Amino acid sequence: MTRSLNRTHSPAPSRATRWIILGAVGLLFALPLVSMVEFTLRGGLEGGYTIDRWVTVFTGQLGPEFRQLWLAIGNSLLLAAVTVAIMLVLLVPTMILVQLSFPRLRHGLEFICLLPITIPAIVLVVGLAPVYSVVSRMFGSGVWTLAFAYGVLVLPYAYRAIQANLDSIDVKTLSEAARSLGAGWGTVLFRVLIPNLRRGILAASFIAVAVVLGEFTVASLLNRVNLQTALLIVNKADPYIAVIFALLSLLFAFVLLVVIGRVGSVSRKVRS
Amino acid sequence: MTNSIPVAPAIATAEGSGATVELVGVVKSFAGHRALNAIDLAIKPGEFVALLGPSGCGKTTALRALSGLEGIDDGSILIDGADVAAVPTNKRDIGMVFQSYSLFPHMTVQENVEFGLRMRRVAPGERRGRAAEALDMVGLAHLGKRFAHQLSGGQQQRVALARALVTRPRVLLLDEPLSALDAKVRVQLRDEIRRIQTELGITTVFVTHDQEEALAVADRVAVMREGVIEQIGTPEELYTTPATAFVADFVGLSNRVAGEVVGGKALVHGVALELLGEPQPDGPVTVYIRPEDVALASEGIPATVIASSFLGSLRRTRVRLADDSFISIQHDVDLKPQAGESVHVRLKGAPVSAVPR
Repeated sequence: MTRSLNRTHSPAPSRATRWIILGAVGLLFALPLVSMVEFTLRGGLEGGYTIDRWVTVFTGQLGPEFRQLWLAIGNSLLLAAVTVAIMLVLLVPTMILVQLSFPRLRHGLEFICLLPITIPAIVLVVGLAPVYSVVSRMFGSGVWTLAFAYGVLVLPYAYRAIQANLDSIDVKTLSEAARSLGAGWGTVLFRVLIPNLRRGILAASFIAVAVVLGEFTVASLLNRVNLQTALLIVNKADPYIAVIFALLSLLFAFVLLVVIGRVGSVSRKVRS
Repeated sequence: MTNSIPVAPAIATAEGSGATVELVGVVKSFAGHRALNAIDLAIKPGEFVALLGPSGCGKTTALRALSGLEGIDDGSILIDGADVAAVPTNKRDIGMVFQSYSLFPHMTVQENVEFGLRMRRVAPGERRGRAAEALDMVGLAHLGKRFAHQLSGGQQQRVALARALVTRPRVLLLDEPLSALDAKVRVQLRDEIRRIQTELGITTVFVTHDQEEALAVADRVAVMREGVIEQIGTPEELYTTPATAFVADFVGLSNRVAGEVVGGKALVHGVALELLGEPQPDGPVTVYIRPEDVALASEGIPATVIASSFLGSLRRTRVRLADDSFISIQHDVDLKPQAGESVHVRLKGAPVSAVPR
């Protein structure tokens, strides 16, 4: 009895358990990445390892067959920018409006925003194909129009990031306080609410960029060129270069996610 | 954190610069429920009026209607004689302090206080000076560079008060600004608000459900119930001559005792008491008697002590009468009746409110 009373119960797992879990998860993630790196360094039929392909990529010595890759990178970055713009212009004000004036619609909005995550991309494309025949007539068939579809794809991630931030501040009181001090709605939005939603908006934007850079199915099935579709084509010409670009795009997305964390922690440190 | 507030020069305003405020037949409904049922309220320039009532009585709705944060369905809201019912909040020239902390988290205290002046396009130099003056007035001039999360609740509400006053608004609206604070800070800030309001002479409407708070600070108190003002008067009037049983019950403590109206007087345990308010027909009534209008005596109505509580400057004793009804008696601390002790109770004969049973 005494022994059981004296025994300390820690709510957290032991240090060893933590390291085992971390090691297992780390291995799971690292294995394919290390394999990809190893693959890009293979010397081909001669055997051994070489960094020549990496040098080729970083010194811009790729052949004309890779021109489409640069075009695709440009397309993907353009798509990322337009998708983020669509999200910021449509989603952020809508969420603030619902929070302020129509709180009963919140669950409906949440359901709509989370819906795309439950629908397979192939099903989305089947639905989007006839829509895009109209979109093409109205806006032309420029690759940027793909951002309309991507705007839908990133909704679940963007919604969650922004809603978490909205829940952490008293939007109603802040806007009412600003109104009572003489601020118009524009000032309330841009000078009071958005500065306090900066972290959520940044997180939503970066996640949107990461999703767009990794998207393949919709672009491929709607016959648009983006980074992922170009990588598939490049893969047929030179699988090593394709894997290098896949690694670089992964690294870019990883850096973006680290930036999200950094921005949040830096602003917290500055304020405290 | 800051317990003593140095009295500093207030923002320069002309004496009696407050505005007249009138609510005339104001109606506001939410989903078929009338939150404000044609209320009328006239406030004189520089007056401090408290809206007091239980939750859901419409006091906050009235304040929000006055601020423009809530539209009204009918009636008019006049500030200095001009109907502002259709004027948006940001054009009404009001200052408001909210129940929940409302400082902008991304701005420093100084920036928060300057915000209203910035909206009015006041030049930066004057803006800084006036903000510093307002912060000085609430005793927080030294905290201008801090952010809201670095302040205590009381300090945040002081900054909110400075922010509301710095624009020299025509009307100051206070929506339960003390309810989130602990008891000691609450009393300090309550007195501070009253001091500043008196110095500035600004017309002030203060919403609270705490009767002690309302009676302590307001020139007049409007007691609200179910969307109507039951009575408006000075704290003394409300306490000594409540117009309705609800006011008698809500403002201060009251014993509810069975009685009978006979010939225009309330008969309670054989004692005839004057009736307050409208004359009532003969019949059984519930009579409201203040604990201080009842005394322990050597002879009178026999009773048994249930409990006795020491409340600092006075003692309150609860007794059971022969008919199994209960009465609270407020008396001197020197008298220390024990639970179970047989005592006698005497009604002092003060006028009472009554409602038919």
